[in-house]
Amino acid sequence: MFAVFQYPFIQNAFMAGSLVAITTGMLGYFLVTRGLTFAGHALSNIGFAGAAGAVLLGVSPVAGLLVSTVGAAVAISVLGREIRERDVAIGVIMTFTLGLGILFLSLYHGYAEQAYSILFGTIVGISRSDVWVTAGLSAGLMVVLALVGRPLLFSSFDPELAEARGLPVRLLGSLFLVLVAVTVSIAMQVIGVLLVFALLVGPPATALRLVHRPASAIGLSIILGLAYTWLGIILAANSTWPVSFYITTLAFGIYLPVRYLAKYRVDKQARRERGFHLQSATGSLENERPSADTARPMKGLHHA
Amino acid sequence: MELRDPVISLEAIEVKLGGMPILQDVSLSIGQGEFIVILGPNGAGKTTLIKLLLGLVKPSAGSVRVLGQTPHRGLREIGYVPQRRTLDVELALRARDLVGFGLDGHRWGIGLPSRRNKEKIDLALQEVDALHLANAPVGQLSGGEQQRLLIAQALISDPRLLLLDEPLANLDLAHQQEVVALVDKVRRERGVTVLLVSHDINPLLQFTDRVIFMANNHTAIGTVGEVITSETLSRLYGSTVEVMYAKGRYFVVGAEV
Repeated sequence: MFAVFQYPFIQNAFMAGSLVAITTGMLGYFLVTRGLTFAGHALSNIGFAGAAGAVLLGVSPVAGLLVSTVGAAVAISVLGREIRERDVAIGVIMTFTLGLGILFLSLYHGYAEQAYSILFGTIVGISRSDVWVTAGLSAGLMVVLALVGRPLLFSSFDPELAEARGLPVRLLGSLFLVLVAVTVSIAMQVIGVLLVFALLVGPPATALRLVHRPASAIGLSIILGLAYTWLGIILAANSTWPVSFYITTLAFGIYLPVRYLAKYRVDKQARRERGFHLQSATGSLENERPSADTARPMKGLHHA
Repeated sequence: MELRDPVISLEAIEVKLGGMPILQDVSLSIGQGEFIVILGPNGAGKTTLIKLLLGLVKPSAGSVRVLGQTPHRGLREIGYVPQRRTLDVELALRARDLVGFGLDGHRWGIGLPSRRNKEKIDLALQEVDALHLANAPVGQLSGGEQQRLLIAQALISDPRLLLLDEPLANLDLAHQQEVVALVDKVRRERGVTVLLVSHDINPLLQFTDRVIFMANNHTAIGTVGEVITSETLSRLYGSTVEVMYAKGRYFVVGAEV
């Protein structure tokens, strides 16, 4: 099973895959806590057009990806301030670029293999120089994230307070989207643009269910990402099935039971607390949320 | 009322948002240690007033001084709790992390844990009687508990002015009283000035020094007895408003509060 590691392309896939798992694990945590999963999905789809265009022009797909996703990240943060507004802007940009991507593909008369690997990733096409590019970009991402980590986290949880504290909240948001764009671009080689999402969302979403502090969630998210990627590569190398199938299946297969079991745990705790409330309540059985009939006297009387 | 050394002073303030006048000709001054409740219907400009004091919105006319300076973002002497929805159940954030943001959330870098910070966070948690919740995930705490943590987060930078935007919203009466009692305790022990936005004066009656009532671009400031009257509110709203006082509670008839 592990004999495949003697092949250089598997070694390359392994190294690139590990870097991808680490960066997506870190960025994905912020993506999920900021409620930007749709933006992450859109950026990877937008990257498809960039990569297809690059293939058509005969330049590196990674370069095409970088240009298109970073450009889109900037456009999205300029167009949409509010989340709802932003999602509409994202949707419009995404569908347009998907259209462009399919045009580029139909104009391209080379190997269908190349288009296929942009969409779904491959472990055979990763060269040693791809690994170096991935390593360079990953290192850059980590340095930036180390510089902005705490304010980014703060502004994710409480943008209003962060702004009052003097943080450039909008600029941080734009910078974050650019970081996601770069992550998507390097992840494309291993898992493909359509399935980058599996690594960006699967591991952090699972980790968030299991641990309660940001550092642990990021750590666990990286560990899960690495596990999925390594297992996926080993399984793909030993079979004819594509690597992205294994990675997405692992991400889904782990998330599902964790979600169910972790939800159960939360419910149990909530029940216990409610029971405690009932016992200790001083003549009040009210729940947290005021019901319709707990009228606020100053407010309600004129209706009567 | 003339104050010698006001914490907040507004003179003929006008604020416009998107061309619409939100605050018009607001003049007031507030002294150290006062407990001020800001009342008024939705859209009357209560949050805008708070944001003016934080330097997040600029006046189009008039002058504003907060703690002896022109308000600007990042003033550590102001503790601020924004208006909010309840926190997400799935938030991977412990009470301790949330309070810690008040200490160093705005600083660049990753933010490695330190013993000094831990002690400060513990003290702040203790002050709001939430030390036992330190390691609980915030999303699973009740609304009242979350509000206490947010107050601890605002207090950790030792502010002289505390701005609380609707801290009582979404709380039942028992938890409202708990939060109000906490705010009053903090005010007395620290001598901070408190501005608290609310829809209802009743839970705050025994604690508040003065109220600011905002409606229809008009503002009145004074004691509850001066402001929560049929005359003053009718003048503010520009229509007949009846204020009734019964069983220790105020009732406003004829206007949305």
